[in-house]
Amino acid sequence: MSIVELERGRAAEAKLRVIDCDIHPAMTSWTEVHPYLARQWIEHLSVYGSHLRHAFSEALTHPRMSPDAARVDAYPEEGGPPGSSLELMRTQHLDANGVEIGMLIPLRWNPGSQRNLDFGVALTQAMNSWQVERWVKNEPRLRASILVAQEDTTASVAEIDARAGDPSFTQILVLPRTDEPLGRRRYWPIFEAAVRNDLPIAIHVGGTNGHPSTGGGWPSYYMEEHHAVAQTMQAVLTSLVFEGVFERLPKLRVVIMEGGLGWIPSLSARMDKHWLRLRSEVPHLKRPPSEYVRDQVWFTTQPMEEPGRAAHLMDLFDRIGCDRLLFSTDYPHWDFDDPRHAFKAPLSEAQRDQLLYRNAQAFYGSR
Amino acid sequence: MAGDPQATDAGRPAKYAGAIDCDLHPALPGMGVLLPYLDDYWREMVSVRALDRLNLGLTSYPQNAPLSCRPDWKLERDQKPGSSLEAMQVHVLDRYQPRFGILNCLYGAQVMHSEDMAAVLCRATNDWICDAWLSRDPRLRASIVIAAHNTELAVAEIERRADDLRFVQVLMLVSGEVTLGRRQLWPIYRLAEKLGLPIGVHAGSAYRYAPTAVGWPSYYVEDYVSQSAAFENQLQSMISEGVFAKFPDLKVVAIESGLTWLSGFVWRADKTWKGVRAEVPWVTRTPSEIVRDHVRFTVQPVDAPDEAEAILRLIEHLNSDELFLFSTDYPHWQFDGDHVLPDGLSGALFCKITSENALTTYPRLAKADRTMEISV
Repeated sequence: MSIVELERGRAAEAKLRVIDCDIHPAMTSWTEVHPYLARQWIEHLSVYGSHLRHAFSEALTHPRMSPDAARVDAYPEEGGPPGSSLELMRTQHLDANGVEIGMLIPLRWNPGSQRNLDFGVALTQAMNSWQVERWVKNEPRLRASILVAQEDTTASVAEIDARAGDPSFTQILVLPRTDEPLGRRRYWPIFEAAVRNDLPIAIHVGGTNGHPSTGGGWPSYYMEEHHAVAQTMQAVLTSLVFEGVFERLPKLRVVIMEGGLGWIPSLSARMDKHWLRLRSEVPHLKRPPSEYVRDQVWFTTQPMEEPGRAAHLMDLFDRIGCDRLLFSTDYPHWDFDDPRHAFKAPLSEAQRDQLLYRNAQAFYGSR
Repeated sequence: MAGDPQATDAGRPAKYAGAIDCDLHPALPGMGVLLPYLDDYWREMVSVRALDRLNLGLTSYPQNAPLSCRPDWKLERDQKPGSSLEAMQVHVLDRYQPRFGILNCLYGAQVMHSEDMAAVLCRATNDWICDAWLSRDPRLRASIVIAAHNTELAVAEIERRADDLRFVQVLMLVSGEVTLGRRQLWPIYRLAEKLGLPIGVHAGSAYRYAPTAVGWPSYYVEDYVSQSAAFENQLQSMISEGVFAKFPDLKVVAIESGLTWLSGFVWRADKTWKGVRAEVPWVTRTPSEIVRDHVRFTVQPVDAPDEAEAILRLIEHLNSDELFLFSTDYPHWQFDGDHVLPDGLSGALFCKITSENALTTYPRLAKADRTMEISV
């Protein structure tokens, strides 16, 4: 019996119960959003396309190592990109991996990064409707995220208020590469709307704002760009903390998605240490930065850290707080985490259930 | 030194006698001190444009910010912190009696947009360091200050200092004009490798870009916190571009990086490399192995509530006790009293951090060290 068979056998025994906090749905064709877009924007999209702050109108600045950054087995037989077939998503992922609830994170078009603000707002409205009509109504296990075009705060707040009553939506989605650091004052109405509607803010890797992906310039390789995601999330969290967003809104809850986990304890300690020295600059902070993080921030697990030794991973979980980790697969992307094999550590059944299910259940509550 | 007792008296100044302090900051009192080293044209420019009235202190270290100078290391009459050799002797050199102290001068010369002015001011800064510091205290060594945004001029400056063995390192800021792995910088690395000069990468930005990928933060404390992320990005750049494959004897010293980010860095970098290594076929080893062989880190500050525990954890995660170099970061305010290092390190580790690791990192120090032993 091969090792692969052994692992399969064991996994089949353990009944999986999973809440997947990061699933990427795709469109078979962009005409799928036509019913939700005004004629003006359908024409705009065909004529001008995306108008972002980077060099290629249709492609990412750093080409990925696989087409669509996807698993090669995730292409639907009937055609269309990975993530576009509900049927395949069901058989390949939801059924196969015991996913009882899955959070949709649509990434197409970077609506929040569109330079034409009205166009970006129209896209978020259309994609929000599309999530409900195309996915949630056809598959009760799925939940939608309220996409907002965060640079137009007024429109974002209106969209949040309009959607919050629909139980299809569990959260508000912002991509971190915003025009200014997300803690800056211009974005506060979005956070206030989140608290008012009792919805968490999800910050998932993405967006494009014209700033180089590092403070020292543009990276050459995808290997660097992919790594820089973690530093980007550090900057977002640093901004939310030092601007006093958590201090002002103690009920605000934030989940950072796909940003990695290894940096969380060191960033918390770094913020604490230098806050002690420089706190006269930020008198609006009443507590050490790490306390805001511990109380108001959660993290999705994919891509799972893989230190050489299981004890190091358990130590990392302990220092972040096991109750702050929400399992995610990133289906159908290439670096998908399988709930059976993602944690390279000897977890008890209770710990596994906490990470795969109960933490997200507590976080999203009745939604 | 098996069974060696713990160095529990790390707060006793004499404990550091013979150490190598890898991060001391001498401050230029003002551009006036550089005038003797400028040629007629530049002296005239300074005069006509009143350049010497400009305070070229870096935004990365505001002169009066609490972090920029420990309160009991402040100088009289608003002199710039770190601008007095006598004070540095009282505060560090005579108090801790290091065998060597490496001067890392952080000054606006490095970041001037004009490449000519940058190069000429860097050259004058290095001349001034020779006369005002190195020649006045035999324990001092220095990093060569360069304008990294013009490779040709930077190489010329390094060559100019090559025969002065008191220059032991080349100094760059962690955030400059291009990511540090970029090939346009390789002539600097080639020459540094040849001359036995590590590349010292110090916290600080030329502010050519926003300090973070999400734009300009509001507060200085955010800028400072973001420095550790800049180190992560730059290590990933140097590894990905193949700097260490091309220059197998090159050493890089990350100075004032905060240190504890290193565990998360190597985990993520190793995993990412496994997934996308086909993009960078010249990277034939895991990033963690490359870091172990090529990169060293000064130990002020240590971003952790319990610094000894943090250092021991890093040694376990990185699987090496040879990566860390003693530094006071004078006059920056990173520690209080005489606890440059925390209690709780073994005597053997204390020795490695305070001097042995630096001697294997800096060939020019090791050479001087051997010469001193012979002369004794």
